Amino acid sequence: MKGPLRLVGLGIIILLVFSPLLVFNYGCKPKEEEKKVVKIGFIGPLTGKYSKMGIGGLNSFKLAVMQQNNSGKNKYIYEVVPFDDECVPQKGVEVATKCCSDPEIVAAATHYCSMVAISCVDVYHKFGLPAIVWGAVLPDITYGNDYKEVSRVNGTQVEQNEFNAHLMVDELGFKKFCIIHDTTDYGRGHLKYFLKALKKRGIEPLSIDGITIGQKDFTTILTKIKALKPEVVYFGGLTAEGALIKSQMDKLGVKAQFLGTSGIKSDDFNTSLGEHAEGTICMLDGAPIEKMPGGLEFKKAYEEAGFKEPYEAYGPFAYCAANIIIKAVEKVGPDREKLVEEIDKTDTEDIIGRIHFNEYGQNDVPLVTAYVSQDGQWVPWEDSLYAKGERELPGFAYREGREWVNPYQGP
Amino acid sequence: MSSTSIFLQIIFNGAMLGIQYSLIAVGFSLFFGVLDVINFAHGDIFMLGAFVSLTLINVTGLLNTSGATYVFLLILVIILSMIIVGGLGVFFERIVVKPVSKGPTLMSLVATLGLGIAIREAVRLFYPRGSETKRFPELLVKLFPGKEAIEFKGIILRYDNLLILAVGIIVVILLALYINKTKMGLTIRAVAQDAEAASMMGVNKNLIIDVTFFIGSALAALAGFMNGLYYNSIIFDMGAMAGIVGFSAAVIGGLGNIYGAIVGGFLFAMVESLSAALIPRGSEFMTVIAFAVVILFLVFRPSGILGERAYERV
Repeated sequence: MKGPLRLVGLGIIILLVFSPLLVFNYGCKPKEEEKKVVKIGFIGPLTGKYSKMGIGGLNSFKLAVMQQNNSGKNKYIYEVVPFDDECVPQKGVEVATKCCSDPEIVAAATHYCSMVAISCVDVYHKFGLPAIVWGAVLPDITYGNDYKEVSRVNGTQVEQNEFNAHLMVDELGFKKFCIIHDTTDYGRGHLKYFLKALKKRGIEPLSIDGITIGQKDFTTILTKIKALKPEVVYFGGLTAEGALIKSQMDKLGVKAQFLGTSGIKSDDFNTSLGEHAEGTICMLDGAPIEKMPGGLEFKKAYEEAGFKEPYEAYGPFAYCAANIIIKAVEKVGPDREKLVEEIDKTDTEDIIGRIHFNEYGQNDVPLVTAYVSQDGQWVPWEDSLYAKGERELPGFAYREGREWVNPYQGP
Repeated sequence: MSSTSIFLQIIFNGAMLGIQYSLIAVGFSLFFGVLDVINFAHGDIFMLGAFVSLTLINVTGLLNTSGATYVFLLILVIILSMIIVGGLGVFFERIVVKPVSKGPTLMSLVATLGLGIAIREAVRLFYPRGSETKRFPELLVKLFPGKEAIEFKGIILRYDNLLILAVGIIVVILLALYINKTKMGLTIRAVAQDAEAASMMGVNKNLIIDVTFFIGSALAALAGFMNGLYYNSIIFDMGAMAGIVGFSAAVIGGLGNIYGAIVGGFLFAMVESLSAALIPRGSEFMTVIAFAVVILFLVFRPSGILGERAYERV
């Protein structure tokens, strides 16, 4: 009896050990078993001061991938691999290398911060990974090299500053500018192209001051600027420093219009300044979400997907970057070399409108929108109470030597 | 604005920075005095002060009150945050700083640097939306209804800034009196001068170390609160730079000497402000220049301005 019992016991044990496997295998048998998983990378600041921008971009990127995976029309299943560059160049190069070294990753949407993007372009070139920039605006990222691997869906500082000068000088009639910029490549880029746009209009700025990232006290340069009596204080830099400069301008009584770039177009600027943000002007590439051809659907899909964080300024561009990558993979397969060629030829329509990469890989269908901070929100200039004349820009009142009454009393 | 008023405005702005640097530097000097350690986590204690006070402001509902209740709650918030952060300072001293203080200098250096990073990352991870810049309310403006500032020949002296400066200076004077005129102050000085001899005279060394860390951390918390009021925004990594600046200020003044720390704090702030003002495009290099001055001090006068060679500390 011992023999057969032992055999039965052994059988039961074997069955027990392997049963999870059987069940698992049976239960999870995918319907689309033959579909291959393709990994695509996303790099942006997911922690640190600019994490909101990065997470907004990542969510939008994920949304596009989810939609494509659920559509059932694709040959592949796509998987997002996120990397955190912390908006720090060294860290950016580290994660870019990591992303490139993973042979399963076939392409990536990369970087919000210009100083990170410009440090990483060589990495993508070296590893031959197609990288589509979704948020960084420094022109040299695409124009400064002839790397086929690097392309960009959003516009650059060139268009932004040209538009900026056009609005301020040609339309609103300001003539006396003081410029503050951060000393990174990003800030210097803004300085260069804004100066160029001003010079074209025959205007020399009253002063130019550089500041460092992480600096908190700007009272000294603002005291100097106050004595120069500018009409506009232009800041080429990001939200953290921009918000501090605006707050200190108000405290020191610098009576001038505050003007920013896409760097301060973040909800953080409004929330961290409260009523002091009112009347600030900034620029952003692309149309406002409501006016993008597919903007409203994007907004609705984003809300339905249940993301907790807002998609922020560059979310729609990250969304388009994902679509471009997926479209290319569907066409030529998950092969980096072929993808570089395919993405380089991009000429497509997406939620932001037409996207066409020129010989530098730059989307040359740029569109810039001006925004003004109104009641704690960034409102497109044309739709704002300021453009309609119902509210007066601080710069207008100060120009005429009057006090400006803030119509917004804070949240 | 004439150049004199620009100059005066810059001096005033520098003084605002100076008082904050001084309050941090004093902590470095106190700790170095009694325990011979440089506590690199001190900058993050300063950051903790700002976050604890912001939390207390929200918890007490300070912003919804007015009149005498407002003033009372405001003072309560300041004192509570100083007590909480002071207590945390003592806690960190017991678990990290003191255990390593007897080992090689390098050990305490690494341990306190690590502690600082741990505090910073903890705030980032566990404070709600900790990685974002937080708005710090303009609490003092409410105390001066109507007019916000004195304006004289283009110089703007804001009432809230004047109050910050005044409170800072009063606290520093009180500290100096405490150290020099009270019995506890005497024992602190005794431990600083010669801990062993002080122990033999019946001084409870451990108690003195606790008291010193409590005072130093509470002052850093006050500096953090002031920093929040001054800039109206705080962020989890604000302590990193503040710590380095506070330490440098203490070194310029003479590590271990509290008057030195105060002088050093103001000097560092003035070097920063004036180099930004007087050197063309100086704002780009003001930190470089200020730290170059620190290096010069380390090379040519390592004992600092007021540091005495006879090791008469605190």
